[in-house]
Formats: sequence, structure tokens, C-alpha cells
Amino acid sequence: MFRNQYDTDVTTWSPAGRLHQVEYAMEAVKQGSAAIGLRSKTHVVLATVNKASSELSAHQKKLFKIDNHIGIAMAGLTADGRVLSRYMRSECINHHFVFESPLPVGRLVVQVADKAQVCTQRSWKRPYGVGLLVAGLDETGPHLYQNCPSGNYSEYQAFAIGSRSQAAKTYLERKFETFMECTKEELIRHAVFAVKESLQEEELSSGNCGVAVVGIDEPFVVLDPKTLQSYIESLETGKEEQQTMEETGTDDRQSLQVQHEGTGSRGISVGAGDDSPTDMET
Amino acid sequence: MGSVVRCDRYPYVTGSSVLGIKYKDGILLASDTAGCYGSTVRYKSVERLKRIGDNTILGASGEISDFQAITNLLDELITEDWMWDDGNKLGPFEIHNYLNRVMYNRRNKFDPLWNSLVLGGIKKGKKYLGMVSMIGVHFQDNHVATGFGNHLARPIFRDEWKEDMTLEEGVKLLEKCLLVLFYRDRSAINKFQMANVTEGGITITEPFALKVNWELEAFRNPTKGAEGSW
Repeated sequence: MFRNQYDTDVTTWSPAGRLHQVEYAMEAVKQGSAAIGLRSKTHVVLATVNKASSELSAHQKKLFKIDNHIGIAMAGLTADGRVLSRYMRSECINHHFVFESPLPVGRLVVQVADKAQVCTQRSWKRPYGVGLLVAGLDETGPHLYQNCPSGNYSEYQAFAIGSRSQAAKTYLERKFETFMECTKEELIRHAVFAVKESLQEEELSSGNCGVAVVGIDEPFVVLDPKTLQSYIESLETGKEEQQTMEETGTDDRQSLQVQHEGTGSRGISVGAGDDSPTDMET
Repeated sequence: MGSVVRCDRYPYVTGSSVLGIKYKDGILLASDTAGCYGSTVRYKSVERLKRIGDNTILGASGEISDFQAITNLLDELITEDWMWDDGNKLGPFEIHNYLNRVMYNRRNKFDPLWNSLVLGGIKKGKKYLGMVSMIGVHFQDNHVATGFGNHLARPIFRDEWKEDMTLEEGVKLLEKCLLVLFYRDRSAINKFQMANVTEGGITITEPFALKVNWELEAFRNPTKGAEGSW
């Protein structure tokens, strides 16, 4: 992206009808390390690539529990992400205090989106520089949403954001039709595999990725390194099995395929959001 | 605003008891339709049972104007919930908790809503029946009553309520208690309403009267056994 005349203020439109500051904020998300989310009929899994700024430092925390039934993964300015997660936790607790029941995740996502939108329409503010993948439950089941710095939000069957997320997205696009019927373990394996794709050359270990799960009657929990390592190892063995299955064409699960919800903004989003203003116009 | 002015020291137009029971398919609420102005039974067609959304019913005793304010609040809440249009809906338990917060907060400001509320509903097969008082005491039970109903109706409930009663049995039990209340509660009249909530919806009956019998033995010599009475 090149520097433009109309990109100094977030409240200045460009002649092409774009808000460049908002787009730059979304660039910040794309530069952050990857976050991946996918869901089935009963569970939602979030996975992140954890980058350490140096060999001496610990990894950045990118998975946050918001409430027992909601959690987020973030990509971008994690400081902004912390502020948003504090807001989300506060909203959940307030709702619980008044109604003694969990805040439906869809409603929380809209509140966060409205909060982000405010920052795109005040000259003394700047947009949040973090993209969130929100995993949660409500009465209609498990859901996965993405929150953008632009104030947009959409629901997904599976999605990935951040740097090198296209590799993960390609894998998810290949496999997402099977996700609805997956068990929790299968879903986690898919998520870990997607992280592996994003890491490309680097060796996948419990040190450089994080996974969290939330499900019906199962509170949101970030997997501990030991469990995560066992999933990573099972990937290696599972991978050989998968290859032989594909060769002999007996992968029953994929042929028996069932739906993926077919309304509006659901379903896999293809890479369009990366370098055009379509995100803002929807 | 309203923090120093204590405008609600005593209620003016009041409703008497509300009764509620769980039965096999849902919840039944009953009350009479009297609004008393002190010791005068001034208004005889006050509806004290209201529907909230499409899975909850609310009954109130106490100050009628406060009940109307509460109904307005709840209607706004339900409308806002409906506007989300996202497949999620506030259930009776959530409304109970919301009401409790409202009542308790008013009590803390020394400006209570002078009501005892009975809330009943059913959501996804789960039945709920509870009570919230004007000081914010709240609980759930299989049968509840407010005001005089606590003293006259609940003992009957404790003896005769059982799990999974049919609609007929439930109505009969409530009618028995309503009759006792009419005989013994001076602010009750012989004009009642019943509200029924099931998975299929809410019905509130038109006002009806019960057959009374003042020739009963107990009324023949009412002060017999009560030393010093007249």
C-alpha cells in the first residue's frame, strides 16, 4: 500500500470512497501472527501461532477466555486485544449479573463491532489494530465470528487471520465441509494441522502454538502444553493414515457429506479481504 | 432525581393475593380482580395477571401503579430482546433475575416498588415458577403465593399439591384456594382470573366467579372458640 493524500485522518474519505486509516489498521492484523478458528455442531476450536519476540522472551498470549462459554483468539496489536477482551469480559459478567444466564455470543460480537466502529468515526481516536476470532455458544449452538478493526463482523464455519493465514485458509477450504460432523478430537487435529500450514518451514511444537476449545456443556479452556504436544504427535501418525486413505479412496466421511449452513455471511471466506475495500462495504 | 424524595412510603391502590402452581404441562397463576383503596374495594376489574413475551406470565399484588410501571419495563426489555432477531430469547428465569435486580436496587434507594411478584413460565420443556418481593427476596418453588395467600393458600398447597398434576386438578386446587381467600380475606372479591402458560402459549381467562356458600357451619357462629371476639 502506498502513501496517499487522504490517509492522515481516520475521518477523511478518499475520493475513491475509502477510509485509508481503517485499511491500514487491517494491515496491522495481517502482519500479526496467525490465528485460526473452526467449528462443528458441538464444538469450536481456536488455534494460534505463538511468536516469541526473541529467544529469551516468553510467547505472546493470544488466546483469552472471556466467559465460560466464550473465548477469543487475536491477531495484530495484542495490546488493543487485551483492552477489547477486558471489555468483553465486563459485558459478559454484567449480563450474567442481571440475567443469571450467559450472554449470547452473537450479541457480544455486535457490541464489540459497534465499539470498533466508533473508533472509525472520531477524529481524536484511532481504529483498534487487532482482529478477533470469537468462539462461543448461544441457544442456537456453537458459533465462530470474526471482528475487524473496521467494525465489521461475520460468522464463519472456519477462518484464519494474520500473517501466512492464506496457507491455513487453503487447508480449511479443502476440509471445511467435514467439520460439522467432526468430534472434538478430530476438530482439534484439523486446527493443529492448519497451524502447521501457517508455520511452513518451522517445526510445530507446543512451544510455538496454542489451542483452545469450547463446546456444549464444556467451558472454554486453553489446552495445556502436554495435551497439545500429544495432539501434535498424533498428527504425524494420522498424516500417514490420511495419505493412504486418500490413495485408496476410502475416505467415507467426505463422501457422506452433510450441509454447511447456507445463509448470508456464513461459510468460508476466500482471500478477498486481504487487499481491497470489500470488507468495509459489506 | 428521586434519591432524596421518598414518594412511596405507603401503597395507595393495592391488589391482594396471587397464587401460582406448577403442573404437568406448565404453570398456572390465579388472582382476583380487585383494586382496594385502603379499606374500600374501589376497583373491581383490575387485571393483575399479565403476559410477558410468549413464554412467561407475571402476577402482582401490592401497589397497582408500580405493577404497571414494572409491566412497561418488561415490555421494553422483551421488545429489545425481540429486535436482536437472532434465535436467542429471554426465558422466564432470566426475567426473574432481571426483576430481582430492579426490585433490590429500588429497595436500596429506599424507594421500593411496592409489589410482591409471581413469575411463571416454561422454556424448552423446563418449567419455572418463582417469586420476587419488594425488598428483593427471591426464590423458586413448586407453588407460591403472595400476601394472604401465604397464610391461607400455601398450607393447602403443601397438603394437596403433587408433581405432574393435570390441568383440571391444578385448576381445582387453585379454585379451592381462591374460595378460601374470598371467604377470609377482606380485600378479595368473587371475581377471578387464571393464567396458564405451556409450551403451546399463554392463555389468560376472562374473569369468572365461584360458587360461594355462606351457610357453612364455620360461619354459623364465627366467634365460637375465639375468646374476647365479638
